[in-house]
Amino acid sequence: MSSLVSVAQVSKRFAPTLSVGERIAAALGSGPDPRTVHAVDDVSLYIGKGEVLGLVGESGCGKSTLGRIIAGISPPTAGAATIAGKDVMGGRRKATKATTRVQMVFQDPFASLNPRLRIGDIIAEGPIAHGLVRKPEARGYVETWLAAVGLARDAADRYPHQFSGGQRQRIAIARALAMRPDVLVCDEPVASLDVSIQAQIINLFLKLRREFGLTMLFISHDLGVVRHISDRVAIMYLGRIVETGRTGDVYASPRHPYTRALLDSVPKLVLEDDQLVSFHAIQGELPSPRARPSGCHFHLRCPHAAPRCRSEAPHPSAVGSDRQVACHFPLEA
Amino acid sequence: MTAPLLQVRDLVTHFETRAGVVKAVDGVSFDLAQGEVVGLVGESGSGKTVTGFSILGLIDPPGRIVGGSIVLQNQELVGADRSTLRHLRGRRMAMVFQDPAMTLNPVLTIGTQMRLALAAHERVSAKAARDRAAAVLTKVGIPDAAHMLDAYPHQFSGGMRQRVAIAIALLNRPALIVCDEPTTALDVSIQAQILIEMRALVRDFGTALIWISHDVATVSSIASRILVMYAGRLIEEGPTAAVLRAPRHPYTLGLLRSLPANAAPGQELAQIAGAPPSLLNLPPGCAFAPRCARTDGACAAAPALVRHGDRALRCHHPIMTEVAA
Repeated sequence: MSSLVSVAQVSKRFAPTLSVGERIAAALGSGPDPRTVHAVDDVSLYIGKGEVLGLVGESGCGKSTLGRIIAGISPPTAGAATIAGKDVMGGRRKATKATTRVQMVFQDPFASLNPRLRIGDIIAEGPIAHGLVRKPEARGYVETWLAAVGLARDAADRYPHQFSGGQRQRIAIARALAMRPDVLVCDEPVASLDVSIQAQIINLFLKLRREFGLTMLFISHDLGVVRHISDRVAIMYLGRIVETGRTGDVYASPRHPYTRALLDSVPKLVLEDDQLVSFHAIQGELPSPRARPSGCHFHLRCPHAAPRCRSEAPHPSAVGSDRQVACHFPLEA
Repeated sequence: MTAPLLQVRDLVTHFETRAGVVKAVDGVSFDLAQGEVVGLVGESGSGKTVTGFSILGLIDPPGRIVGGSIVLQNQELVGADRSTLRHLRGRRMAMVFQDPAMTLNPVLTIGTQMRLALAAHERVSAKAARDRAAAVLTKVGIPDAAHMLDAYPHQFSGGMRQRVAIAIALLNRPALIVCDEPTTALDVSIQAQILIEMRALVRDFGTALIWISHDVATVSSIASRILVMYAGRLIEEGPTAAVLRAPRHPYTLGLLRSLPANAAPGQELAQIAGAPPSLLNLPPGCAFAPRCARTDGACAAAPALVRHGDRALRCHHPIMTEVAA
């Protein structure tokens, strides 16, 4: 499978605005600012054409920031994200998007749709601006995409507040697809929906993927949803990717202690002899991205931590086919 | 048989809005024994939270408990005056809310808030209050509790704040705690810690819990009995394992089958068609009928909740494939 999206050594740091004195001190080499948040730290990954990559992690791990970098919404501090070899930022450092080949679906469909625009205008705005469709034909174009996401054509005349959460998420998906993107970045697209509606939207993604051969980055904290929809997964912890691999392989035999602990911490709905399969908690708290532990970020919570883990950060290395783990002591397969 | 700790009968809570009457809870009945943990499951708008708020007497206008009765330890709560409820809340029943940031007062230290919670119900010296607060904080897994009493809520992480909220609920050793989506705002690794600690705490303290959640998996990991709500009514009730193994209401079955955990990866999920009904405009008869595959003429009349042993069901066409051995 050829890779369509490529992320090469991308980092994103959020630094506080410095006062004049602090800027002079920085220029004289006062060292790194301790208040800097390392949201994404030297991440490299790829997404094959037509593939769905699940990006999993807990809140604050940097998964949304990484998604926004790939979508060209937020410029990386270092490194670059490319789609078919082209930099999504057009090589610039400004937060302007040089490509329409990637589109994004956001978590909260109540915040991502302009409440004062009709659905038809919300969906047609981008395609008209970028010359994908001329204004007179926009109505028919919008109706095609409404049909693709399972909404009635008269939805085009209505406003966002007239729709439920699940329907709004369908509108947000139609808006993204109407730009004919090669890549769709979905940031927790079902997290704010009810369980019975979640299934409908997951099925919609499966259908759209079959019909349009979409390449997707699917960001979620829900391990069950990611397992269902992704071909490959990347597990993120405090700004770094700790493990990647084919979904079935990673879930069946996690090689990174964090992946294992994360999978074990989810209550499961499987009965064995009328007893629920037990689950276990990861010890300790998620450290702040402002004060990251030295070496391997996970060593404070890891049951297998050794002195080396405290001093030396592990680099991702290949273990088996299409599988990478960033751990000094990966678990046995 | 001794009287149950909590007895809810035909509870009806309505919200009178300009658009009409929202029937948030429409005839809910259940019992809760001393030290029992039940899970109240449903989607948003099913009435699970309003049921919890009704028990604690936290329904404010335009909401109103229109009918029914709630009896806690032989004391009727519906119609009880404010001071009676104030006296009971915190001491005999307590609540843990979804968002711990909203529960705690941001300008008071944890220690002060816990002292006030104790002082509301008994005369207690500052020293004794501090000691008891520290002891409960230790119980819920907060390290260095004595020191943490002087910290403010913003100095805690989300998981730690929820632990503090649980500690405050446990402070006066109430007989009943209602937990409304207490782990929904937390990360999975923190959720697991809280679930495991909560199971141990209710065992140690003998506290009864009503665990309200939309997530069947979390509920089933802590509750011995499950109550499923839909559009303001209880539609199925039973021991957790029995309901999970053989759900009898088509909605419960649909809910369980729509979970990715119950399907092969990549396969289409068994979705429930349509969306939950508006509580302003409930369909006559069975509220689930418009979304149900088993609907026929009989469903135009509202089914009653029928009890069979330890299970209860509100459906004209229940799924009865598996015969109990």
